[in-house]
Amino acid sequence: MAWDSIATIASKVKAGEITATDLVEQSLKTISDKSSFNAIIATVEDRARERAAQIDAAIAAGEPVGRLAGVPFIAKDNFLVFGGETTAASNILRGFEAPYQSTAINRLEAEGAICVAKANLDAFAHGSSTENSDFFTTQNPHDETRVPGGSSGGSAASVVLDLAPFALGTDTGGSIRLPASFTGCVGYKPTYGLVSRSGVVAMASSTDVIGPITKSVEDAAIVLDVMAGKDELDSTTIEKDGQGYVIDNQGLLSGKKVGVIKEYMGEGLNPAVKENITKAIEAMKAAGAEVSEVSLPSLPLALAVYYIVCPAEVSSNLSRYDGQRYGHAKQDAADLNDSYTGSREVGFGKEAKRRIMIGTYVLSSGYYDAYYRKAQTVRTKLINEFAAAFEQYDVLVGPTAPDIAFKIGENAEDPLQMYLTDIMTVAVNLVGVPAVSIPAGTVDDMPVGFQIIGKQRSDRELLALAAQTEAIL
Amino acid sequence: MAQLSNEDILKLARLARLGVTDEEVEEYKTELNAILGYVDLLADVDVTGLEPTSQVTGLTNVTRPDIVKQYDYQTSDLLKNVPNVENNLIKVKRMIG
Repeated sequence: MAWDSIATIASKVKAGEITATDLVEQSLKTISDKSSFNAIIATVEDRARERAAQIDAAIAAGEPVGRLAGVPFIAKDNFLVFGGETTAASNILRGFEAPYQSTAINRLEAEGAICVAKANLDAFAHGSSTENSDFFTTQNPHDETRVPGGSSGGSAASVVLDLAPFALGTDTGGSIRLPASFTGCVGYKPTYGLVSRSGVVAMASSTDVIGPITKSVEDAAIVLDVMAGKDELDSTTIEKDGQGYVIDNQGLLSGKKVGVIKEYMGEGLNPAVKENITKAIEAMKAAGAEVSEVSLPSLPLALAVYYIVCPAEVSSNLSRYDGQRYGHAKQDAADLNDSYTGSREVGFGKEAKRRIMIGTYVLSSGYYDAYYRKAQTVRTKLINEFAAAFEQYDVLVGPTAPDIAFKIGENAEDPLQMYLTDIMTVAVNLVGVPAVSIPAGTVDDMPVGFQIIGKQRSDRELLALAAQTEAIL
Repeated sequence: MAQLSNEDILKLARLARLGVTDEEVEEYKTELNAILGYVDLLADVDVTGLEPTSQVTGLTNVTRPDIVKQYDYQTSDLLKNVPNVENNLIKVKRMIG
């Protein structure tokens, strides 16, 4: 059963037409009915029901409730949430119960939204398919033999399967946009720093971003509006836009300068997918946008930069999982080193270990300059090229992914092949600009995602323009 | 171009406090060499005159007042995930001596 828009649900709850309890039950029942897709790791049903009851009581008593009162949602299992475990889909965090919640969750709860379940992901968000989950793989809702994308595969599948009106994901190299593209929903990656990372399991701290996954751009804007803004607990957060992000006027496409990224439209892009992307671009043109091709010559280097910088930061961020203060601990260790090593050997999956080792290598003495420092400098080149492009264009567009969702197991044996899935998403993370993937038809009955990229801190304009584009596709 | 040996993999595993089995060493060596081969793409890139990026917000010196806040947590909440607790302390292996 499909959900209404978030705004409609919230107003129905406030008007007493439906109760928060009913909505939570609807969500939990759908989760149970669609369990074969394995989108969910665990529900947080007790707490969800408790909070729904509190909200219903407040409404009955005529007390004020939040903007999202009664709206159920699903959080990727790298968000610290009360009422259940937070595992990041890793064996090393099995059984971990968060002693505090992420700021994003707190802000949503302050407005009355209710977290009902934790979604599956690639362990520690390392992956593009959700196959790296230490627990199980999630199936693509359109084709059970295919992946939903990753790492927020469970979150995207949840939205498409109508488990809840919205889900939260994280995007470090494309992990919100890619699964949105593969499953056919909206995945929004905000400007780096717009949403606090406090209480979200860290992957690569200089690119990690939190964002909404929804059925519509309008819904994504509402969720972002609630979560966004400075947080004392995360010193890399930036100010929220003074006018907020809720779409109150459809951004007019007429006169907007749209740059089609040449490097994303060439070799490596499935020609059938290219057709869908071209159609989307033509639609923007027909609506009055001024479209032309733009080249960012350093883009072919972005994936290499990412696969140095990201593992380096991962190796640092995952050093905290040492079996001493939380997480899996080796029992009867011989000494401290055995305690560290033994805990980490069993707790981490292969991809986590791969990334830790690459990261350790590129940061180690003798290699730091040639790899990490060099990559961070090429990153500056990318930042400059994007900045120059945004002097000429309002937005840049292209596909989100080189192809439709691949088959489960197809890329599992070749890590490098798997990394190539991210080829059109990583540059945006390195540069820190916002981007969104919206559905643009299908190829062989599988969804295709159209990517729209805005300049730094232009989230309000980007969302408005994306909503307008969504309406004409 | 990087060509890691088995010893290199074992060294990296040691630095990162990761246990790896002998079969795993071979596997990781092959995979890591392929990945490092790909990223070698950056070796010849001209970056004259450019500084490395460390963060993209442009923010500097973000501070907050140094005041104590009251939180609603019990010590037991904070210790509930600790593998080895004794007398409200986190118990670890001997580090010195």
